Amino acid sequence: MNNIPIEYYLILSALMFAVGITGVLIRRNAIVVFMSIELMLNSANLSLVTFSSYLGNSIGQIFVFFVMTVAAAEAAVGLAIIIAIFRNKLNVNIDEINIFKW
Amino acid sequence: MDVSNIIESLKLIKPEIAVSASLILVLIFDLIFHKDKKLIPYVALLGLFATGYFVIHQFGTTGFGFATKSTFKAFGMVTVDSFGTFFKLLILISAVLVLFFSSFSDEIKKTTDRLGEYYVLIFGMILGMFLMVSATDFLLIYLSMELLSLSSYVLAGFTKLRDRNSEASLKYVIYGSVSSGLMLFGISIIYGLTGSTNLYVINSLIQSPQINVLALSFALILVMAGMGFKISAAPFHFWTPDVYEGSPITITAFLSVASKAAGFGLLIRFIKTGFAAMTLNNGYWMLNPIFDWKLIIVILAILTMTLGNFSALWQNNLKRMLAYSSIAHAGYLLLGLAVFSNQGIAAILIYFFVYMLMNLGAFLIVMLIADKLGSEDVDDYDGLGYTSPFLGISLAVFLVSLTGLPPTAGFIGKLYIFSALIDAKMFVVAVIGVLNSVVSLYYYIRVLKHMYLVKPKIQPVEIIPGLSQKFLVLLLVVPVLFFGIYFSPIVELAKNCVVLLGF
Repeated sequence: MNNIPIEYYLILSALMFAVGITGVLIRRNAIVVFMSIELMLNSANLSLVTFSSYLGNSIGQIFVFFVMTVAAAEAAVGLAIIIAIFRNKLNVNIDEINIFKW
Repeated sequence: MDVSNIIESLKLIKPEIAVSASLILVLIFDLIFHKDKKLIPYVALLGLFATGYFVIHQFGTTGFGFATKSTFKAFGMVTVDSFGTFFKLLILISAVLVLFFSSFSDEIKKTTDRLGEYYVLIFGMILGMFLMVSATDFLLIYLSMELLSLSSYVLAGFTKLRDRNSEASLKYVIYGSVSSGLMLFGISIIYGLTGSTNLYVINSLIQSPQINVLALSFALILVMAGMGFKISAAPFHFWTPDVYEGSPITITAFLSVASKAAGFGLLIRFIKTGFAAMTLNNGYWMLNPIFDWKLIIVILAILTMTLGNFSALWQNNLKRMLAYSSIAHAGYLLLGLAVFSNQGIAAILIYFFVYMLMNLGAFLIVMLIADKLGSEDVDDYDGLGYTSPFLGISLAVFLVSLTGLPPTAGFIGKLYIFSALIDAKMFVVAVIGVLNSVVSLYYYIRVLKHMYLVKPKIQPVEIIPGLSQKFLVLLLVVPVLFFGIYFSPIVELAKNCVVLLGF
């Protein structure tokens, strides 16, 4: 971290976040959408760790542990729900999950 | 952080401990008596009453629990004050009512093999909401929001055999995860700017001029997106109608009242502890001028209620209509926040108490009718007012109250919100709010028109509720009418509960 300036980490984190958001908005497969959400959470993790190292306090790193746990729980719930959808519809394309409109 | 500090802190979170204990108790009970699940609701009810005892005992207690750093000993992760306790009581009452609803609901009865999980997840939601309304550290805010969200994602799709259940659940989980991701990114930026996740510490640090205001306001918008999702404020409301329509009605009712209450409790505490520089003698808050708080909240409120009310106009499904109406109500409640004064907060508390009664009541009637009718469509309600007069009249009371007309309690709620606005000289906003209530009259009365004035094409079914169901309906109708006439108890309670620890 001494050699690489903090901006590099933050730019990488922001890029990951942007990729995640874009993925959620444009991808049509529910599983890929979930992967993009994980990317968003991980970009936040990266910036938390960066700041933690830069500021020299450990709150950020502890925060990341919690976020990782929550992200795993969220993925488990999300995948279970995708399986429930798949049993009913036999596909997980978000465009076709459209009983509710306006 | 020494041992005595931990013991002191544990004394402050007795209600949360009681909820966790009940959660584990229900889980173990479900495992031991898995053949006969009839007793589980009673165990759950017992747990809620035990929690209620601790919540009522907590009124008047103030304190900070679980300090993160010894130098900031006074400021903890958990803040206990009457404001939070009021919301806890609100959440608890609605949880008890939802438990009764569940025992009548056909949807839930059909899932007897998974009844234990249902109650465990409800307790998970309650625990999340209890922590949300008292959290003053970003770590706890994030964790409690996720606890609430994860439990409610599963409950939204609980009766998974139907298509619309799993669709509601998937939409909820995607919107929810995205908004929590946004919020988390915002938190990471705020942490980077201030070096702390504690709201009190952040409050004292952001007053220094070195803070990059642009980055801070960007982060704040992201964090507000996460909270706006929970209260279904306008740009983040898209999940509300779909999830409310697809979930089991008991869960819809719980989400629309308790989850929203927890979201508001969190938002108000977040703004007050994080960004209020001081409270003036006349009750108005001085907020740190990071950006124009008042303008932003007012715009959010007006957008929320206008969108909610106008979208509700052409809904035929009653659950969906009530979903949009709950968005509109979030708008009125945000107006109370926009005043940024203790008077506005008191108005919000009064409104929430009333809103709980009338909204749960409306959902109860819709549930009782849907169980017999098999539909929530307003066209199927034709002539129902004559064949089932009890339900018809009760629904009329709830809908009139939701509109905010006297002599129902809904009027009192609106009265206090708008008078807080007038006192703060926000006349234009108040007028927009009143005009919105007028719009809402149309879609509420349309249901009554179908029940009483439209000639039914087929002979309408007769719905005779059982004695216990009648009692439950009366338990909600009577307070709605009673508090419309004699409202000083709620007003006194709310005014006593505007004790918000902060600066």
